[in-house]
Amino acid sequence: MSEQGHKQGAVRFGMVIDLDKCTGCMACSVACQAENNISFREDESNKLRSISWMEVFYLDNDQDYANYQYTYLPRPCMHCDAPHHAPCTFVCPVNATTRDEENGIVGHIYPRCIGCRYCIVACPYHARDFNWWDPAWPEPMEAMLNPEVSPRMRGVVEKCTFCHHRLLKARAKAFLEEQDLYEVTYMPACGEACPTKAISFGNLNDAESQVAKLAKDPRAFRLLSKLNTEPKVYYLSKHEWVRKQGDKHFQNSNGNKRG
Amino acid sequence: MMDKALIPEGVKRCPLPVFGIWLLVLLAFIGWGVYAGVAVLIQALHLTGLNDYFGFGLYITADLAIIALGAGAFFSGFLYYGLSRLFPALKELHKIINLAVIVGFVCYTGALAVLLLEVGQPLRAWFGYWHANVHSMLTEVIFCITCYAIVLVIEYVPIILSNRKLEAIRSARVFGHTLHDLMAIFALTGTFLSFFHQGSLGGVAGVLFARPFAYRTGFFIWPWTFFLFILSAIASGPAFTALVCRSMEAVTRKKLVDRSVYELIAKIVGTLLSIYIVLKIVDTVYWALFQSPQFGFNLGDYYRAPYGMWLLFVEIIVCGVLPTAALLYPRTRQSNIVMFLSFLLACVGVTINRFVMTIQAIAAPVMPFDKWEVYVPTVYEWAPIIAMIAYCALILSLSYRYLPLFPREKELNPTS
Repeated sequence: MSEQGHKQGAVRFGMVIDLDKCTGCMACSVACQAENNISFREDESNKLRSISWMEVFYLDNDQDYANYQYTYLPRPCMHCDAPHHAPCTFVCPVNATTRDEENGIVGHIYPRCIGCRYCIVACPYHARDFNWWDPAWPEPMEAMLNPEVSPRMRGVVEKCTFCHHRLLKARAKAFLEEQDLYEVTYMPACGEACPTKAISFGNLNDAESQVAKLAKDPRAFRLLSKLNTEPKVYYLSKHEWVRKQGDKHFQNSNGNKRG
Repeated sequence: MMDKALIPEGVKRCPLPVFGIWLLVLLAFIGWGVYAGVAVLIQALHLTGLNDYFGFGLYITADLAIIALGAGAFFSGFLYYGLSRLFPALKELHKIINLAVIVGFVCYTGALAVLLLEVGQPLRAWFGYWHANVHSMLTEVIFCITCYAIVLVIEYVPIILSNRKLEAIRSARVFGHTLHDLMAIFALTGTFLSFFHQGSLGGVAGVLFARPFAYRTGFFIWPWTFFLFILSAIASGPAFTALVCRSMEAVTRKKLVDRSVYELIAKIVGTLLSIYIVLKIVDTVYWALFQSPQFGFNLGDYYRAPYGMWLLFVEIIVCGVLPTAALLYPRTRQSNIVMFLSFLLACVGVTINRFVMTIQAIAAPVMPFDKWEVYVPTVYEWAPIIAMIAYCALILSLSYRYLPLFPREKELNPTS
């Protein structure tokens, strides 16, 4: 049993996103889209129905010119480490979404999902998307899909998997090379694509790993940590207003009134 | 009348052509809803107003509301079959128990049909039994709604078999009477199941620990919403049954039950509503002043037009405190207008509560840089809901015409 109150393996994958380095170029989002065969439609203007595993939010400090500051905040799934269950895994009636306690990744079994969307409702980060239409790609994109990731059918929920297939691939390679499977690390597509190296990824349980060190940085914060969801995605920012906004310290003067 | 042989003895019913026209109107609405439902099944849920922000919408709200209003079935059964031995005054419910069972039956089966539209993969609906997640409140809902719907069918069967023509068949009569003799067991089983079912519907919202609007602490594995949903359902369910009965009296221009039945239901509803509304106010105060600030929210963060603070006021004061007061005082209860208006307010209150706990709970943004969104259901959501109401009216109409629902109808309408 871990300090999080649930069974835990030696590996606990997590991500650190340095907002001071993020330029909002959205390369992470595009790379995720291509890597994970995320379908899209000709008209994607309705953002409440478009599928985006790595969404980039725009934050500002709500001040007037001269004092105005802004930042971008890429938001993958937080792969919550909350005791007992993540908010989404707790509610799924058919065990379609579960947290692998061996590595901390919250996955989703698409052929088991009944599409009740209870997990969408449970997630405060809006990290889950529903397939409102049959997935389709214009010619010749269908021939360019990633064969390692299954496309999702209409009527099921999908979300960021921390590019779980890359972990499987890295472990398969390690197995063939007779290396320790639990020493294997990998980089999700978003981190690989980031031109400023704002995204770090690795084993949070390994004190020597970069993510474990960055997670303890004084600039580090987590989104909505007051809700006790224990996200495994950490953010870094030197700006106090960003850190406070991330945990709803002053939502009345800053956040909710934009809408 | 061509169907005279099917109509219970000694009572009068409207001419068959008039009844036929009424059925055609209802069937038109049902056909419209079925068309919309089939379209949703074939073309998918993008036809609805749902989106990734509003994962739940009108389907779930209507289901929660109709199931709460259908609670009159199990709770009246519990009072009549369970408690009337201890409190003989409750035997009066005998005069309305058949109607209560049918109201429960139509509410539950109608809700089940709409639930099928709500899931993105309806062909996998059975996964809920096969891959059940015992931690999920929705699993509890799935099991309880199925079992209780079966119990309601068993409770409805002897009422169907009491039809004149069917009773003439010996085996049907014996089967019906045997079931009737066992009804106390089914009623109490239904009570147990439905208590859990109503509660688990409340639990669906209350366990969302990352959604501060909906989340509640609680007792053992159940959040307080579990108990509040049970209380609000057993308070408003009998009120809804009484309203249905009054509506039938208005349409048929007959007296179907003694006023003493309404009087008894008014006392029951008033008492239960008073307990509910006190606990609801305590819950709201704790949620607003103590729990939410811990999560970085205050009450004002939860309410924004069109989901304004007026909803809270209407739910608790107008549809909670006012009907409670009116039903508890014998003098106000004497007035039919006040009594039935109070019943109506209680039903509206529980519907608003289910709306708030379903839609407003997810409308209020959690992330500070998130936006408020508004949910607008489409005709593909309204049509199946209206069809469900038409289905309820259809079954009630057929049952009233051909089954002896009201044991006192003959005496109360001597000229008929």
